[in-house]
Amino acid sequence: MSRQRAQAGGSGIEVGAFYVLAVVLTGALTGVTIGVGSFTFVYAKGASYMYDNPMTCANCHVMQDHYDAWSRGSHHHVATCNDCHAGHDPVFKYLVKGVNGFNHSLAMTTGNYHYPFQITDFNRRVTEQACRDCHQDIVQQIDALPDHRGPGRMECIRCHANVGHI
Amino acid sequence: MDASKTASNRARKRQEGRARLVALLGATVIVASLAAFGVTALLVNIFEHQQDARNPFFRVVDLDDDTADPAIWGENFPMQYDSYLRTTDMKRTKFGGSEAVPRMPDDADPRTEVAQSRLEEDPRLMRMWAGYAFSIDYRQARGHAYMLEDQTFTQRHQVQQYGNCMHCHASVYNAYKDLGEGDIMAGFAMMNQMPYEEAREHVVHPVACIDCHDSQTMSLRITRPGFIEGIAAYKASQGIEDYDVNRDATRLEMRSFVCGQCHVEYYFAPGDRRLTYPWHDGLQVDEILNYYENIEFTDWVHAETGANMLKAQHPEFELWNQGIHSQAGVSCADCHMPYERVGAMKISSHHVRSPLLHINKSCQVCHNVPEDELLRRAENIQSKTHEMTSMSLDALVDLIEAIVKGQEMGIDEEVLDFARSCQRKASFMIDMIESENSSGFHAPQEAARVLFKAMDWLRQGQAALAAEGVVSSVGPLASMAPADLAELFSHEEHLSDEYHLSHPYLDDSHADGV
Repeated sequence: MSRQRAQAGGSGIEVGAFYVLAVVLTGALTGVTIGVGSFTFVYAKGASYMYDNPMTCANCHVMQDHYDAWSRGSHHHVATCNDCHAGHDPVFKYLVKGVNGFNHSLAMTTGNYHYPFQITDFNRRVTEQACRDCHQDIVQQIDALPDHRGPGRMECIRCHANVGHI
Repeated sequence: MDASKTASNRARKRQEGRARLVALLGATVIVASLAAFGVTALLVNIFEHQQDARNPFFRVVDLDDDTADPAIWGENFPMQYDSYLRTTDMKRTKFGGSEAVPRMPDDADPRTEVAQSRLEEDPRLMRMWAGYAFSIDYRQARGHAYMLEDQTFTQRHQVQQYGNCMHCHASVYNAYKDLGEGDIMAGFAMMNQMPYEEAREHVVHPVACIDCHDSQTMSLRITRPGFIEGIAAYKASQGIEDYDVNRDATRLEMRSFVCGQCHVEYYFAPGDRRLTYPWHDGLQVDEILNYYENIEFTDWVHAETGANMLKAQHPEFELWNQGIHSQAGVSCADCHMPYERVGAMKISSHHVRSPLLHINKSCQVCHNVPEDELLRRAENIQSKTHEMTSMSLDALVDLIEAIVKGQEMGIDEEVLDFARSCQRKASFMIDMIESENSSGFHAPQEAARVLFKAMDWLRQGQAALAAEGVVSSVGPLASMAPADLAELFSHEEHLSDEYHLSHPYLDDSHADGV
């Protein structure tokens, strides 16, 4: 084909060289991006975020205080960060991780976040559900009381604020 | 014809294909370049964040006990130094802080900005301090950066002032050490007696690093002789003999004591003008007043009534000691110099100021409550204290006027002396709250009690004069019509609006945590 084109007109040679240049350039650029991206992923310990090690959350130093407080909290031997903050449903868990991962990365990179941290409503609901999941035997009895049902119901951490991290 | 048409078609197609290829190539290059650019920027950002945690401290200069200039300390501690420099900010809260009031500089006073005058805000203070230098010039306090400048150029110098002022208006540690040839107590005794202008030659900086920090270990230490002697006298009253604050104080105590070196009530001892903290009987207002009564101390004689008066000044340390935060082990530095994050590091802010300007860093560390609610709680306390102070100032002016009238009528001198002693005690108690810089917040219930006690002294003075027919009855707010009061409080509302508009947290979408 290229031989035919080469014979067909003077510009044919340029087209062939152009193809080669295009392929090489695109490939090189894509390769550089993938390379730098992979390096960044490894350097930032990206894979660690797929698992449940609580130390991962202290990859960012701003979380160190909370990690320290968790290690002295009453739940540290039964629950790690993800158990309360990512939910117990295996699919939903990664959705929560994705949403928070993006928000946290953005906040950390831009430096634009409130300190001390304040939990969002979404994450508060995740945590509340996690409490109820493990403690459902007792929660069912509490929920039987009219004041503890429906919207605006009493949250576990309203009173038990220090169980996760002191 | 056919063949040439096909050939030209083919050429056009080739050309179109080439154009598409160029566009595709261009787009790919741009997208891939942007992606590489972004990922590299992210990589560097992550790298920087990770590096933050390493090397928290570089020693680039050697510091010793003679290094007075804070800029040199700042080379080793740039972040703390940066925040220290920001004490030049002029920002007010509802009841405190300063506004930059422009003024025309002249030869005597080159300042182009000063804080607003408290005497203009509340002329009753001039009656309270009649005959004393504070009735000439008294302004809202500005940040630490201005302490020396504002003291150098205050109009209070119309009355001769002395070197004892330097104890708290300058970084005076090295000057004391030089004068006393190594002994700060000796240098302190010498400078106390110098005329202000002479003492001013010995100091350069406002409060600096060396005033609170040991140059080798950076640990907190006390350098002010007045506090060293004052706290020892107080501890002795508690049964602790031979108290050496730099040896015996805990780290937590030090986080308040370094501030208590200056933010306290004091007097100049007659004779050698030694700056003295009146804590020999205790830190509570009544105990301080009791001490002054026992030594029969007088700051000045009241110009209108001839009463032997006491002036109280900024007793923040004493009032905080009576409050709930003090009892809970919360130090001055916890709220006024909160920890803040700079990168991965946590440092104490050296931008010392009202916690109401950074409620998140100061209050929310313990109080899990929204910022506007915390601000409302604090201002609620301050507004009520302000209202009580205002009422007691009215009553004080009433008593002053009644004594003046009694003097004119020539009533029994013994009754007048009793009324004057009531004025002295009440004026001191009101002053202990009025000149205290938290508007009662440091100890709300104690502030109310002190003002209530002042009112009791004023009541007794007026009752004694009433018995002599000077005042027909002890009426409420005789010197001030309700209309004036309304104006006074509408002024406050006005301040409050401005403050809320300028408050950094109230218009912020701060609730969106991450």
